[in-house]
Amino acid sequence: MTNGVNVQALLDAREVLKGAPEAAQFTWRASSKWQHGVHSTTKIEKFFGLGQEQTHKHESVFEADHPAIFAAEDNGITPIEYLLVGLASCLTAGIASVAQNRGIKLNSVEASVEGGHDIRGILGADADVRNGFNDIKVTFSIDADASPADIEALVAQSQKRSAVFDALTNPTNVTVEVA
Amino acid sequence: MHVTTVVIGAGHAGLAASHFLRAASIDHVVLERGEVANSWRHERWDSLRLLTPNWLNRLPGASYEGPDPDGYADMAEVVDFLERSAKDVPVRTGVAVTSVRRSDGGYSLTTSQGPIEARTVIIASGACNVASVPGLAAAVPSSVEQVTPFDYRTPSRLPDGGVLVVGASATGVQLAAEIQRSGRPVVLSAGEHVRMPRVYEGRDVLWWMHHSGIWSQRYDEVDDLTRARRLPSPQLAGASTLDLNVLTSLGVELVGRLSAIRDGAALFSGGLRNVAALADLKMNRLLDTFDEWAGTAPGERFQPTRVPDSSRWRLDLTSGEIRSIVWATGFRPDYSWLDVPVVDAKGSLVHDGGVVGDGLYALGLPVLRRRRSTFICGIEDDAREVVDQLRLDLAG
Repeated sequence: MTNGVNVQALLDAREVLKGAPEAAQFTWRASSKWQHGVHSTTKIEKFFGLGQEQTHKHESVFEADHPAIFAAEDNGITPIEYLLVGLASCLTAGIASVAQNRGIKLNSVEASVEGGHDIRGILGADADVRNGFNDIKVTFSIDADASPADIEALVAQSQKRSAVFDALTNPTNVTVEVA
Repeated sequence: MHVTTVVIGAGHAGLAASHFLRAASIDHVVLERGEVANSWRHERWDSLRLLTPNWLNRLPGASYEGPDPDGYADMAEVVDFLERSAKDVPVRTGVAVTSVRRSDGGYSLTTSQGPIEARTVIIASGACNVASVPGLAAAVPSSVEQVTPFDYRTPSRLPDGGVLVVGASATGVQLAAEIQRSGRPVVLSAGEHVRMPRVYEGRDVLWWMHHSGIWSQRYDEVDDLTRARRLPSPQLAGASTLDLNVLTSLGVELVGRLSAIRDGAALFSGGLRNVAALADLKMNRLLDTFDEWAGTAPGERFQPTRVPDSSRWRLDLTSGEIRSIVWATGFRPDYSWLDVPVVDAKGSLVHDGGVVGDGLYALGLPVLRRRRSTFICGIEDDAREVVDQLRLDLAG
Protein backbone atom coordinates (compact mmCIF):
# COMPACT_ATOMS: atom_id res chain seq x y z
CA MET A 1 0.00 0.00 0.00
CA THR A 2 1.52 3.30 -0.93
CA ASN A 3 0.41 6.82 -1.64
CA GLY A 4 4.00 7.75 -2.38
CA VAL A 5 4.60 9.53 0.92
CA ASN A 6 7.72 8.54 2.82
CA VAL A 7 6.03 8.53 6.20
CA GLN A 8 8.93 6.76 7.88
CA ALA A 9 11.19 9.70 7.03
CA LEU A 10 8.65 12.09 8.57
CA LEU A 11 8.31 9.98 11.71
CA ASP A 12 12.09 9.72 12.00
CA ALA A 13 12.40 13.49 11.58
CA ARG A 14 9.83 14.01 14.32
CA GLU A 15 11.85 11.91 16.74
CA VAL A 16 15.15 13.60 15.85
CA LEU A 17 13.75 17.14 16.03
CA LYS A 18 12.11 16.50 19.40
CA GLY A 19 15.59 16.65 20.84
CA ALA A 20 16.96 19.28 18.42
CA PRO A 21 14.54 22.20 18.28
CA GLU A 22 17.14 24.48 16.69
CA ALA A 23 17.36 22.26 13.61
CA ALA A 24 13.59 22.55 13.28
CA GLN A 25 13.76 26.30 12.67
CA PHE A 26 13.05 26.91 8.98
CA THR A 27 12.89 30.17 7.02
CA TRP A 28 10.93 30.09 3.77
CA ARG A 29 11.80 32.83 1.31
CA ALA A 30 10.33 34.47 -1.75
CA SER A 31 11.58 37.44 -3.76
CA SER A 32 9.33 39.49 -5.95
CA LYS A 33 9.78 42.14 -8.61
CA TRP A 34 7.25 44.64 -9.90
CA GLN A 35 6.70 44.35 -13.63
CA HIS A 36 4.09 46.82 -14.80
CA GLY A 37 0.68 47.90 -13.61
CA VAL A 38 -0.36 45.50 -10.84
CA HIS A 39 1.65 42.66 -12.38
CA SER A 40 4.54 41.28 -10.36
CA THR A 41 6.74 38.19 -10.59
CA THR A 42 7.77 36.22 -7.53
CA LYS A 43 10.55 33.65 -7.57
CA ILE A 44 11.24 30.98 -5.00
CA GLU A 45 14.34 28.83 -4.92
CA LYS A 46 16.21 28.88 -1.62
CA PHE A 47 15.19 28.35 1.97
CA PHE A 48 16.89 27.70 5.28
CA GLY A 49 16.35 24.61 7.40
CA LEU A 50 18.06 21.80 9.34
CA GLY A 51 20.70 24.33 10.26
CA GLN A 52 21.80 25.27 6.75
CA GLU A 53 20.89 26.85 3.44
CA GLN A 54 18.79 24.61 1.20
CA THR A 55 17.85 24.86 -2.47
CA HIS A 56 14.80 23.55 -4.31
CA LYS A 57 15.52 21.30 -7.26
CA HIS A 58 14.24 24.09 -9.53
CA GLU A 59 13.45 27.73 -9.15
CA SER A 60 9.67 28.36 -9.33
CA VAL A 61 8.23 31.52 -10.86
CA PHE A 62 4.79 32.91 -10.02
CA GLU A 63 3.04 35.65 -11.92
CA ALA A 64 0.47 37.73 -10.06
CA ASP A 65 -1.82 40.28 -11.58
CA HIS A 66 -5.45 41.29 -11.47
CA PRO A 67 -8.16 40.17 -13.93
CA ALA A 68 -9.46 42.23 -16.80
CA ILE A 69 -12.59 43.21 -14.88
CA PHE A 70 -10.24 45.08 -12.53
CA ALA A 71 -8.94 46.91 -15.59
CA ALA A 72 -5.68 44.95 -15.41
CA GLU A 73 -3.85 42.69 -17.87
CA ASP A 74 -4.41 39.37 -16.12
CA ASN A 75 -0.85 38.09 -16.47
CA GLY A 76 -1.45 35.74 -13.57
CA ILE A 77 -3.77 34.93 -10.69
CA THR A 78 -4.57 37.54 -8.06
CA PRO A 79 -2.41 37.48 -4.93
CA ILE A 80 -5.26 36.35 -2.71
CA GLU A 81 -5.85 33.35 -4.96
CA TYR A 82 -2.33 32.19 -4.05
CA LEU A 83 -3.69 31.62 -0.55
CA LEU A 84 -6.18 29.15 -2.02
CA VAL A 85 -3.32 27.38 -3.81
CA GLY A 86 -1.46 27.12 -0.51
CA LEU A 87 -4.44 25.89 1.46
CA ALA A 88 -5.57 23.27 -1.07
CA SER A 89 -2.08 21.89 -1.59
CA CYS A 90 -1.26 21.85 2.12
CA LEU A 91 -4.44 20.01 3.12
CA THR A 92 -4.02 17.58 0.22
CA ALA A 93 -0.44 16.82 1.26
CA GLY A 94 -1.68 16.27 4.80
CA ILE A 95 -4.39 13.87 3.66
CA ALA A 96 -1.87 11.83 1.65
CA SER A 97 0.56 11.68 4.58
CA VAL A 98 -2.02 10.80 7.21
CA ALA A 99 -3.56 8.19 4.90
CA GLN A 100 -0.15 6.63 4.33
CA ASN A 101 0.51 6.54 8.05
CA ARG A 102 -2.89 4.91 8.66
CA GLY A 103 -2.49 2.38 5.87
CA ILE A 104 -5.27 3.88 3.73
CA LYS A 105 -4.82 3.62 -0.04
CA LEU A 106 -5.99 6.75 -1.85
CA ASN A 107 -7.40 6.39 -5.33
CA SER A 108 -8.17 10.05 -5.91
CA VAL A 109 -8.27 13.25 -3.88
CA GLU A 110 -9.83 16.35 -5.34
CA ALA A 111 -10.63 19.61 -3.64
CA SER A 112 -12.54 22.69 -4.62
CA VAL A 113 -11.75 25.79 -2.64
CA GLU A 114 -13.85 28.92 -2.45
CA GLY A 115 -12.88 32.11 -0.69
CA GLY A 116 -15.64 34.66 -0.09
CA HIS A 117 -14.29 38.16 -0.54
CA ASP A 118 -16.04 41.52 -0.27
CA ILE A 119 -13.83 43.77 -2.37
CA ARG A 120 -15.30 46.95 -0.91
CA GLY A 121 -12.63 46.49 1.76
CA ILE A 122 -9.59 46.75 -0.52
CA LEU A 123 -11.28 49.54 -2.52
CA GLY A 124 -11.82 51.54 0.66
CA ALA A 125 -15.51 51.74 -0.17
CA ASP A 126 -16.68 50.70 3.30
CA ALA A 127 -14.52 51.00 6.40
CA ASP A 128 -16.44 48.19 8.12
CA VAL A 129 -15.50 45.63 5.48
CA ARG A 130 -12.23 43.75 5.95
CA ASN A 131 -9.64 43.45 3.20
CA GLY A 132 -9.19 39.70 3.32
CA PHE A 133 -11.45 36.71 2.90
CA ASN A 134 -14.67 36.65 4.92
CA ASP A 135 -14.69 32.88 4.84
CA ILE A 136 -13.12 30.01 3.00
CA LYS A 137 -14.77 26.73 2.11
CA VAL A 138 -12.87 23.63 1.06
CA THR A 139 -14.76 20.62 -0.29
CA PHE A 140 -12.88 17.37 -0.72
CA SER A 141 -13.95 14.47 -2.91
CA ILE A 142 -11.94 11.45 -1.88
CA ASP A 143 -11.97 7.95 -3.29
CA ALA A 144 -10.09 5.66 -0.94
CA ASP A 145 -10.21 2.14 0.43
CA ALA A 146 -11.66 3.33 3.74
CA SER A 147 -14.96 3.97 5.50
CA PRO A 148 -16.61 7.41 5.30
CA ALA A 149 -15.72 7.96 8.98
CA ASP A 150 -12.06 7.15 8.30
CA ILE A 151 -12.06 9.58 5.37
CA GLU A 152 -13.61 12.29 7.56
CA ALA A 153 -10.87 11.61 10.08
CA LEU A 154 -8.16 12.01 7.42
CA VAL A 155 -9.53 15.40 6.47
CA ALA A 156 -9.85 16.50 10.10
CA GLN A 157 -6.32 15.37 10.97
CA SER A 158 -4.88 17.08 7.90
CA GLN A 159 -6.34 20.39 9.13
CA LYS A 160 -4.92 19.78 12.58
CA ARG A 161 -1.40 19.45 11.17
CA SER A 162 -1.62 21.99 8.34
CA ALA A 163 0.75 24.96 8.24
CA VAL A 164 -1.43 26.95 5.87
CA PHE A 165 -4.68 26.16 7.70
CA ASP A 166 -3.04 27.48 10.86
CA ALA A 167 -1.63 30.54 9.10
CA LEU A 168 -5.06 31.42 7.71
CA THR A 169 -7.13 30.71 10.82
CA ASN A 170 -4.81 32.35 13.38
CA PRO A 171 -3.23 35.78 13.45
CA THR A 172 0.48 36.10 12.61
CA ASN A 173 2.81 38.99 13.31
CA VAL A 174 3.83 40.56 10.02
CA THR A 175 6.59 43.16 9.73
CA VAL A 176 6.95 45.10 6.48
CA GLU A 177 9.95 47.40 6.15
CA VAL A 178 11.70 49.46 3.55
CA ALA A 179 15.29 48.26 3.13
CA MET B 1 14.34 13.24 61.96
CA HIS B 2 15.22 10.14 59.91
CA VAL B 3 12.64 8.03 58.14
CA THR B 4 12.77 5.41 55.39
CA THR B 5 10.10 7.03 53.21
CA VAL B 6 8.59 10.47 53.11
CA VAL B 7 5.32 10.86 51.21
CA ILE B 8 4.65 14.44 50.15
CA GLY B 9 0.93 15.21 50.14
CA ALA B 10 -2.08 13.74 51.95
CA GLY B 11 -4.51 13.63 49.09
CA HIS B 12 -5.84 10.42 47.58
CA ALA B 13 -2.40 9.50 46.21
CA GLY B 14 -0.42 10.07 49.40
CA LEU B 15 -2.97 8.22 51.51
CA ALA B 16 -2.94 5.27 49.11
CA ALA B 17 0.87 5.19 49.20
CA SER B 18 0.80 5.08 53.00
CA HIS B 19 -1.62 2.15 52.96
CA PHE B 20 0.80 0.01 50.96
CA LEU B 21 3.90 1.26 52.81
CA ARG B 22 2.29 0.17 56.06
CA ALA B 23 1.39 -3.20 54.54
CA ALA B 24 5.07 -3.60 53.61
CA SER B 25 6.16 -2.49 57.10
CA ILE B 26 8.13 0.44 55.70
CA ASP B 27 8.40 3.22 58.25
CA HIS B 28 7.18 6.45 56.73
CA VAL B 29 5.53 9.78 57.30
CA VAL B 30 3.03 11.67 55.12
CA LEU B 31 3.74 15.40 55.05
CA GLU B 32 0.80 17.68 54.28
CA ARG B 33 1.14 21.46 53.86
CA GLY B 34 -2.51 21.96 54.97
CA GLU B 35 -4.93 19.31 56.12
CA VAL B 36 -5.93 15.93 54.70
CA ALA B 37 -7.58 16.44 51.26
CA ASN B 38 -6.42 20.05 51.29
CA SER B 39 -6.96 20.81 47.60
CA TRP B 40 -10.41 19.24 47.63
CA ARG B 41 -11.33 21.44 50.60
CA HIS B 42 -9.85 24.74 49.54
CA GLU B 43 -9.08 24.84 45.82
CA ARG B 44 -12.36 23.85 44.18
CA TRP B 45 -15.42 25.78 43.07
CA ASP B 46 -18.66 25.34 45.02
CA SER B 47 -20.68 23.28 42.53
CA LEU B 48 -17.91 20.85 41.59
CA ARG B 49 -18.70 17.16 41.68
CA LEU B 50 -16.48 14.23 40.75
CA LEU B 51 -16.76 13.05 37.15
CA THR B 52 -16.83 9.43 38.34
CA PRO B 53 -20.01 7.89 39.76
CA ASN B 54 -19.80 6.97 43.45
CA TRP B 55 -19.64 3.21 42.86
CA LEU B 56 -16.36 3.73 40.97
CA ASN B 57 -14.70 5.67 43.75
CA ARG B 58 -12.51 3.47 45.83
CA LEU B 59 -9.31 3.92 47.76
CA PRO B 60 -7.31 1.35 49.66
CA GLY B 61 -9.30 0.87 52.85
CA ALA B 62 -12.36 2.80 51.69
CA SER B 63 -15.07 2.17 49.15
CA TYR B 64 -18.42 3.88 48.66
CA GLU B 65 -20.99 2.73 51.21
CA GLY B 66 -23.61 5.47 50.88
CA PRO B 67 -27.17 5.28 49.57
CA ASP B 68 -26.52 6.64 46.06
CA PRO B 69 -23.95 4.54 44.19
CA ASP B 70 -24.93 6.15 40.88
CA GLY B 71 -24.55 9.71 42.21
CA TYR B 72 -21.57 12.03 41.84
CA ALA B 73 -19.82 13.17 45.00
CA ASP B 74 -19.63 16.83 45.92
CA MET B 75 -16.49 18.13 47.59
CA ALA B 76 -17.72 17.58 51.16
CA GLU B 77 -18.35 13.93 50.30
CA VAL B 78 -14.91 13.62 48.69
CA VAL B 79 -13.28 15.05 51.81
CA ASP B 80 -15.24 12.59 54.01
CA PHE B 81 -14.17 9.75 51.77
CA LEU B 82 -10.50 10.71 51.93
CA GLU B 83 -10.68 11.18 55.69
CA ARG B 84 -12.06 7.65 56.07
CA SER B 85 -9.10 6.27 54.14
CA ALA B 86 -6.72 8.41 56.26
CA LYS B 87 -7.37 6.38 59.41
CA ASP B 88 -4.09 4.89 60.67
CA VAL B 89 -2.07 7.02 58.22
CA PRO B 90 0.87 8.83 59.88
CA VAL B 91 0.01 12.26 58.51
CA ARG B 92 1.73 15.36 59.79
CA THR B 93 -0.48 18.24 58.78
CA GLY B 94 0.62 21.85 58.47
CA VAL B 95 4.07 20.83 57.22
CA ALA B 96 5.09 22.53 54.00
CA VAL B 97 8.01 21.02 52.12
CA THR B 98 10.16 23.83 50.78
CA SER B 99 13.08 21.83 49.41
CA VAL B 100 14.02 18.27 48.49
CA ARG B 101 17.61 17.57 47.50
CA ARG B 102 19.86 14.56 47.10
CA SER B 103 21.94 13.52 50.10
CA ASP B 104 24.40 10.71 50.76
CA GLY B 105 21.75 8.47 52.23
CA GLY B 106 18.88 9.50 49.99
CA TYR B 107 17.12 12.85 50.30
CA SER B 108 17.28 15.89 52.58
CA LEU B 109 14.00 17.71 53.02
CA THR B 110 13.59 21.21 54.30
CA THR B 111 10.15 21.80 55.77
CA SER B 112 8.31 24.49 57.66
CA GLN B 113 8.75 22.26 60.74
CA GLY B 114 12.44 21.52 60.35
CA PRO B 115 14.68 19.17 58.35
CA ILE B 116 13.94 15.53 57.57
CA GLU B 117 16.27 12.88 56.15
CA ALA B 118 14.73 10.10 54.09
CA ARG B 119 16.05 7.19 52.07
CA THR B 120 13.18 7.46 49.60
CA VAL B 121 10.55 10.06 48.69
CA ILE B 122 7.15 9.62 47.07
CA ILE B 123 5.86 12.78 45.41
CA ALA B 124 2.08 12.78 45.83
CA SER B 125 1.56 16.52 45.77
CA GLY B 126 -0.95 16.49 42.94
CA ALA B 127 -1.19 17.27 39.25
CA CYS B 128 -3.21 20.46 39.55
CA ASN B 129 -1.32 22.84 41.84
CA VAL B 130 -1.18 25.83 39.52
CA ALA B 131 -3.56 27.19 36.92
CA SER B 132 -1.91 27.21 33.48
CA VAL B 133 -2.76 30.67 32.24
CA PRO B 134 -1.36 31.54 28.80
CA GLY B 135 1.11 34.39 28.56
CA LEU B 136 -1.24 36.41 26.40
CA ALA B 137 -3.32 37.06 29.55
CA ALA B 138 -0.88 39.89 30.25
CA ALA B 139 -2.37 41.81 27.31
CA VAL B 140 -5.94 41.73 28.66
CA PRO B 141 -7.15 45.30 29.36
CA SER B 142 -7.24 46.10 33.07
CA SER B 143 -10.97 46.86 32.88
CA VAL B 144 -11.61 43.13 32.47
CA GLU B 145 -11.41 41.01 35.65
CA GLN B 146 -9.46 37.77 35.25
CA VAL B 147 -10.02 34.66 37.36
CA THR B 148 -8.62 31.14 37.36
CA PRO B 149 -10.53 28.10 38.64
CA PHE B 150 -8.60 28.55 41.91
CA ASP B 151 -10.14 32.01 42.43
CA TYR B 152 -13.56 31.07 41.14
CA ARG B 153 -16.22 29.87 43.57
CA THR B 154 -19.64 30.75 42.17
CA PRO B 155 -21.02 32.93 39.33
CA SER B 156 -22.38 35.60 41.68
CA ARG B 157 -18.84 36.59 42.62
CA LEU B 158 -18.11 37.56 39.00
CA PRO B 159 -18.96 41.06 37.80
CA ASP B 160 -22.33 41.41 36.10
CA GLY B 161 -22.10 41.34 32.33
CA GLY B 162 -20.48 39.16 29.73
CA VAL B 163 -17.91 36.48 30.56
CA LEU B 164 -15.31 34.98 28.26
CA VAL B 165 -14.55 31.42 29.36
CA VAL B 166 -11.33 30.19 27.76
CA GLY B 167 -11.09 26.41 27.52
CA ALA B 168 -13.68 23.70 26.89
CA SER B 169 -12.50 20.78 28.97
CA ALA B 170 -14.48 19.63 32.03
CA THR B 171 -13.69 22.84 33.92
CA GLY B 172 -14.55 25.18 31.07
CA VAL B 173 -17.86 23.58 30.12
CA GLN B 174 -18.98 23.31 33.74
CA LEU B 175 -18.21 26.93 34.54
CA ALA B 176 -19.62 28.17 31.21
CA ALA B 177 -22.93 26.43 31.95
CA GLU B 178 -23.41 27.79 35.45
CA ILE B 179 -22.24 31.28 34.55
CA GLN B 180 -24.63 31.41 31.58
CA ARG B 181 -27.47 30.19 33.85
CA SER B 182 -26.65 33.02 36.28
CA GLY B 183 -27.66 35.54 33.62
CA ARG B 184 -24.15 36.47 32.51
CA PRO B 185 -23.84 35.90 28.76
CA VAL B 186 -20.93 33.54 28.09
CA VAL B 187 -18.61 33.38 25.12
CA LEU B 188 -16.76 30.04 25.23
CA SER B 189 -13.42 29.74 23.47
CA ALA B 190 -12.90 26.10 22.49
CA GLY B 191 -9.71 24.49 21.28
CA GLU B 192 -9.22 20.74 21.04
CA HIS B 193 -11.50 18.98 23.48
CA VAL B 194 -12.76 15.55 24.49
CA ARG B 195 -16.48 15.01 23.94
CA MET B 196 -18.35 12.23 25.76
CA PRO B 197 -21.99 11.51 26.43
CA ARG B 198 -22.73 11.06 30.14
CA VAL B 199 -24.73 7.93 29.40
CA TYR B 200 -24.33 5.43 26.54
CA GLU B 201 -26.85 2.63 26.08
CA GLY B 202 -28.15 3.06 29.61
CA ARG B 203 -24.76 2.98 31.32
CA ASP B 204 -22.51 5.77 32.54
CA VAL B 205 -19.80 6.37 29.97
CA LEU B 206 -17.22 5.72 32.69
CA TRP B 207 -18.85 2.34 33.35
CA TRP B 208 -17.89 1.58 29.75
CA MET B 209 -14.35 2.92 30.19
CA HIS B 210 -13.97 0.79 33.33
CA HIS B 211 -15.48 -2.47 32.14
CA SER B 212 -14.34 -2.44 28.52
CA GLY B 213 -10.74 -2.38 29.69
CA ILE B 214 -9.89 0.96 28.06
CA TRP B 215 -9.02 2.41 31.45
CA SER B 216 -6.79 -0.58 32.18
CA GLN B 217 -4.56 0.15 29.20
CA ARG B 218 -1.03 0.43 30.55
CA TYR B 219 1.15 3.50 30.08
CA ASP B 220 3.69 1.45 28.13
CA GLU B 221 0.97 0.23 25.73
CA VAL B 222 -0.39 3.69 24.90
CA ASP B 223 0.54 4.84 21.36
CA ASP B 224 1.48 8.40 22.24
CA LEU B 225 2.05 8.62 25.97
CA THR B 226 3.01 12.31 25.97
CA ARG B 227 -0.26 13.12 24.27
CA ALA B 228 -2.28 10.81 26.54
CA ARG B 229 -0.82 12.51 29.60
CA ARG B 230 -1.69 15.94 28.25
CA LEU B 231 -5.21 15.03 27.15
CA PRO B 232 -7.80 17.54 28.39
CA SER B 233 -10.37 16.20 30.84
CA PRO B 234 -13.58 15.04 29.13
CA GLN B 235 -16.60 17.30 28.80
CA LEU B 236 -18.51 15.73 31.69
CA ALA B 237 -20.30 17.15 34.70
CA GLY B 238 -22.21 15.23 37.35
CA ALA B 239 -25.41 13.67 36.21
CA SER B 240 -25.98 14.89 32.65
CA THR B 241 -24.24 15.36 29.32
CA LEU B 242 -22.55 18.74 29.02
CA ASP B 243 -21.16 18.99 25.51
CA LEU B 244 -20.96 22.03 23.26
CA ASN B 245 -24.45 21.36 21.87
CA VAL B 246 -25.91 21.57 25.38
CA LEU B 247 -24.06 24.83 25.95
CA THR B 248 -25.29 26.23 22.63
CA SER B 249 -28.85 25.37 23.68
CA LEU B 250 -28.28 27.28 26.92
CA GLY B 251 -27.31 30.33 24.86
CA VAL B 252 -23.52 30.12 25.19
CA GLU B 253 -21.73 31.54 22.14
CA LEU B 254 -18.93 29.34 20.78
CA VAL B 255 -15.75 30.79 19.35
CA GLY B 256 -12.45 29.21 18.30
CA ARG B 257 -9.28 28.78 20.31
CA LEU B 258 -7.95 32.05 21.72
CA SER B 259 -4.87 32.77 19.66
CA ALA B 260 -3.91 36.36 20.46
CA ILE B 261 -4.92 39.53 22.22
CA ARG B 262 -4.10 42.51 20.08
CA ASP B 263 -5.04 46.16 20.56
CA GLY B 264 -7.48 45.24 23.32
CA ALA B 265 -9.27 42.63 21.23
CA ALA B 266 -9.27 38.86 21.68
CA LEU B 267 -8.61 37.07 18.40
CA PHE B 268 -9.89 33.52 18.00
CA SER B 269 -8.88 30.78 15.60
CA GLY B 270 -11.08 30.23 12.56
CA GLY B 271 -10.62 26.50 13.08
CA LEU B 272 -13.51 25.88 15.50
CA ARG B 273 -15.32 23.66 13.02
CA ASN B 274 -12.36 21.32 12.81
CA VAL B 275 -11.78 20.92 16.55
CA ALA B 276 -15.48 20.10 16.86
CA ALA B 277 -15.20 17.59 14.01
CA LEU B 278 -12.16 15.97 15.61
CA ALA B 279 -13.98 15.63 18.93
CA ASP B 280 -17.06 14.13 17.24
CA LEU B 281 -14.95 11.63 15.31
CA LYS B 282 -13.05 10.59 18.43
CA MET B 283 -16.24 10.21 20.44
CA ASN B 284 -17.75 8.02 17.74
CA ARG B 285 -14.59 5.92 17.59
CA LEU B 286 -14.80 5.45 21.36
CA LEU B 287 -18.44 4.34 21.09
CA ASP B 288 -17.44 1.93 18.30
CA THR B 289 -14.85 0.48 20.68
CA PHE B 290 -17.54 -0.01 23.33
CA ASP B 291 -19.78 -1.79 20.79
CA GLU B 292 -16.95 -4.05 19.68
CA TRP B 293 -16.14 -4.95 23.26
CA ALA B 294 -19.81 -5.63 24.06
CA GLY B 295 -20.25 -7.54 20.82
CA THR B 296 -23.46 -5.66 20.11
CA ALA B 297 -24.82 -3.68 17.18
CA PRO B 298 -23.91 0.00 17.16
CA GLY B 299 -25.93 1.94 19.74
CA GLU B 300 -27.08 5.52 19.78
CA ARG B 301 -24.99 8.02 17.84
CA PHE B 302 -25.16 11.62 18.97
CA GLN B 303 -25.79 14.73 16.89
CA PRO B 304 -22.62 16.25 15.47
CA THR B 305 -21.48 19.37 17.28
CA ARG B 306 -23.37 22.38 15.95
CA VAL B 307 -20.92 25.11 15.07
CA PRO B 308 -22.14 28.57 14.11
CA ASP B 309 -21.95 29.24 10.35
CA SER B 310 -19.63 32.09 11.08
CA SER B 311 -18.25 32.20 14.60
CA ARG B 312 -16.73 35.47 15.75
CA TRP B 313 -12.98 35.59 15.51
CA ARG B 314 -12.61 39.01 17.12
CA LEU B 315 -14.00 40.19 20.44
CA ASP B 316 -13.36 43.73 21.60
CA LEU B 317 -12.41 43.54 25.28
CA THR B 318 -12.69 47.31 25.76
CA SER B 319 -16.33 47.70 24.66
CA GLY B 320 -17.82 46.59 28.00
CA GLU B 321 -19.41 43.49 26.45
CA ILE B 322 -16.98 41.25 28.34
CA ARG B 323 -16.50 42.12 32.01
CA SER B 324 -14.50 39.09 33.11
CA ILE B 325 -12.41 36.23 31.76
CA VAL B 326 -12.28 32.77 33.31
CA TRP B 327 -9.07 30.93 32.40
CA ALA B 328 -10.14 27.28 32.21
CA THR B 329 -6.91 26.52 30.40
CA GLY B 330 -5.73 23.65 32.51
CA PHE B 331 -3.54 23.01 35.50
CA ARG B 332 0.00 21.94 36.11
CA PRO B 333 1.92 20.57 39.06
CA ASP B 334 4.24 22.79 41.08
CA TYR B 335 7.75 21.38 41.48
CA SER B 336 9.41 24.63 42.52
CA TRP B 337 10.47 22.97 45.81
CA LEU B 338 12.07 19.98 44.06
CA ASP B 339 15.81 20.65 43.86
CA VAL B 340 16.53 17.47 41.91
CA PRO B 341 16.97 17.67 38.12
CA VAL B 342 14.05 15.43 37.21
CA VAL B 343 11.68 17.98 35.64
CA ASP B 344 11.81 18.49 31.87
CA ALA B 345 11.77 21.79 29.96
CA LYS B 346 7.98 21.74 29.84
CA GLY B 347 7.68 21.35 33.62
CA SER B 348 6.72 17.67 33.63
CA LEU B 349 8.28 15.17 35.98
CA VAL B 350 10.34 12.61 34.08
CA HIS B 351 9.29 9.19 35.32
CA ASP B 352 8.66 5.64 34.16
CA GLY B 353 5.33 4.56 35.57
CA GLY B 354 5.89 6.61 38.71
CA VAL B 355 9.51 5.55 39.17
CA VAL B 356 11.74 8.62 38.84
CA GLY B 357 14.91 6.81 39.93
CA ASP B 358 17.39 6.92 42.80
CA GLY B 359 14.72 6.42 45.43
CA LEU B 360 12.33 9.05 44.10
CA TYR B 361 8.78 8.08 43.10
CA ALA B 362 5.56 9.78 42.05
CA LEU B 363 1.86 8.99 42.33
CA GLY B 364 -1.36 10.73 41.32
CA LEU B 365 -0.34 12.00 37.88
CA PRO B 366 -2.37 11.51 34.67
CA VAL B 367 -1.83 8.10 32.97
CA LEU B 368 0.92 7.36 35.49
CA ARG B 369 0.71 3.60 34.97
CA ARG B 370 -2.60 3.18 33.14
CA ARG B 371 -5.37 5.36 31.72
CA ARG B 372 -7.34 4.97 34.97
CA SER B 373 -4.52 6.70 36.88
CA THR B 374 -6.01 10.08 36.11
CA PHE B 375 -8.98 9.32 38.35
CA ILE B 376 -9.32 8.58 42.07
CA CYS B 377 -10.24 4.97 41.34
CA GLY B 378 -6.92 4.52 39.54
CA ILE B 379 -4.70 5.13 42.54
CA GLU B 380 -4.98 1.76 44.26
CA ASP B 381 -3.23 -0.33 41.60
CA ASP B 382 -0.68 2.42 40.93
CA ALA B 383 0.20 2.83 44.59
CA ARG B 384 0.54 -0.93 45.08
CA GLU B 385 2.90 -1.26 42.13
CA VAL B 386 4.99 1.82 42.87
CA VAL B 387 5.39 0.86 46.54
CA ASP B 388 6.29 -2.69 45.44
CA GLN B 389 9.07 -1.21 43.32
CA LEU B 390 10.17 1.02 46.21
CA ARG B 391 10.33 -2.03 48.47
CA LEU B 392 12.47 -3.91 45.94
CA ASP B 393 14.75 -0.88 45.50
CA LEU B 394 15.25 -0.66 49.27
CA ALA B 395 16.09 -4.35 49.41
CA GLY B 396 18.35 -4.17 46.35
